[in-house]
Amino acid sequence: MDFGTFLWTTLGAFLTLATFSFLYKDNPFYKLAEHLVVGVSAGYFVIILWHNALVPLLFQRLSDGDWYLLWFNSSTPWYWIPAILGAMMWTRFSRNYAWVSRWPLALYIGIATGLAVPLEMANRVNKQLYASMANIDLGNFWGQGFLDATAGYSQVIIFAGAIAGLFYFFFSKSHTGVFGGVAKFGIWILMIGFGASFGYTVMGRISLFINRVQDLGLWGEAAFNASNPNHSGWFLAVFWIMVMGVAAYIVVELVKFARAKA
Amino acid sequence: MNIFDRMMSLDRRWVFLLLVVVCAVTYIVPFQVPIRVEGEVRSIYDFIDTLKPGEIVFIAIDYDPNALAELHPMCYAVMEHCFRKNLKVIVTALSQNGPGMAEQAILNISDSLMLDREYNGVLYEGREIRNGEDYAFLGYKPYFALVILGMGQNFRIPFPTDYYGTPLDSIPMMQGVQNYDQVACVVDLSAGNITDAWISYGQGRFYFPLALGLTGVMGADYYPYLNSRQIFGLMAGLYGAAQYEEMANNPGLAKDGMRVQVYAHLVIILFILMGNIGYFMGRRDEKK
Repeated sequence: MDFGTFLWTTLGAFLTLATFSFLYKDNPFYKLAEHLVVGVSAGYFVIILWHNALVPLLFQRLSDGDWYLLWFNSSTPWYWIPAILGAMMWTRFSRNYAWVSRWPLALYIGIATGLAVPLEMANRVNKQLYASMANIDLGNFWGQGFLDATAGYSQVIIFAGAIAGLFYFFFSKSHTGVFGGVAKFGIWILMIGFGASFGYTVMGRISLFINRVQDLGLWGEAAFNASNPNHSGWFLAVFWIMVMGVAAYIVVELVKFARAKA
Repeated sequence: MNIFDRMMSLDRRWVFLLLVVVCAVTYIVPFQVPIRVEGEVRSIYDFIDTLKPGEIVFIAIDYDPNALAELHPMCYAVMEHCFRKNLKVIVTALSQNGPGMAEQAILNISDSLMLDREYNGVLYEGREIRNGEDYAFLGYKPYFALVILGMGQNFRIPFPTDYYGTPLDSIPMMQGVQNYDQVACVVDLSAGNITDAWISYGQGRFYFPLALGLTGVMGADYYPYLNSRQIFGLMAGLYGAAQYEEMANNPGLAKDGMRVQVYAHLVIILFILMGNIGYFMGRRDEKK
């Protein structure tokens, strides 16, 4: 096993445990892991942006010009326009010239809005409206199997649920009588929707934990299984150092607890 | 303090500890749980499975390492399925911290493809997957909405070169490939609002078949797009990935994680029930 594999997998295992230590309470190990994630992400993003955006999309496109003409004689000199607009954004750091940054920002927001409004309206509003009001498939009304989303009755539930949900959010009339009943059905539909989201969220969070368990499991395999190709005595040494560190922390906490009680 | 008060005032750290113990034990003990494949995952598998060799699948790896746990198994299962079927793959990574992780995934899958494997009774001989011939990794460019729109005109507008700096015109598999028209489908594996951009600016503008692989948190929000037929398939969370692995007969990290998932859910349901019983019984006692 090479030293790099040992170093990075061990660091991963240590940072995993350091992050989970927050579940007990805030501590310096958690803080270290937290700051490391933020710092590494920011640093990585800057390098990725430089090599994947600025170099190929700007510098390389101006590079066939002459430096003493400031590359204005390149075959694509109009790439100076986004370069200048980008540079204008940096004026935000000056109190006197911060207003200059509003121009490229205004241009960007204007273009983004122009692109977004028709496409968002067509694809996330209109198409959803059409789908909510689709013809009921009477030939396949009961569908196949339990809770078949393509069945006709599913279409009825979608339509009725959408209308009832809208009723619930209509506050210009008091929720009494038939109107109140429909609104109550609407809130039940909303709650079922939120419940599904909650269930998926729990699954997502547990999945993150499972991944860490799987990762720690692989690390443990390398540490304790002599037939593992990555096995090394170094893993065991680090394992016992970590165990001793955790044990020391628990002792310190117990002493603190005992003193506080006394 | 009666038992219901104790239920309500249970230290949350006991919940965490029990979850850790249950997850660790179910991870260590080897057993399988049955995976039921839903229609929305089956449709993605069937679509890719019926493509002819040489056709192109576009896989958008639009997530950062923080969503790797849920989306990497999907990425591995779908991409390996494509390569085993001799399909060509274009890969992008439009999330800023994703390109290195995406490259690592491609290389790992390439290693796996070197081995002979039997899936669903069919023997696939191992072969070398070559960059530029079997796949093109275009990498990352900022402002994903504009990149998605730009690729609709020509992949070369946002990506004059691939991730390794090779001009797209010099890549053999990109010869004659201009835009989404030459792509059989797009599979977007995403952990954020890039999915919305693929729906609105991608499928909604250029009308290519789009399938989604999402984190569990996002899952429920995107089912309406299935009903409106804006997407033809949906994999949500680790369960979605496990279903694809089940269909492809290629068990991986997702299927391995589902047994832990089942028991972790049981613990959470137990605590939800405890909290509710404690709350309602406590309220009843207060009324008395």
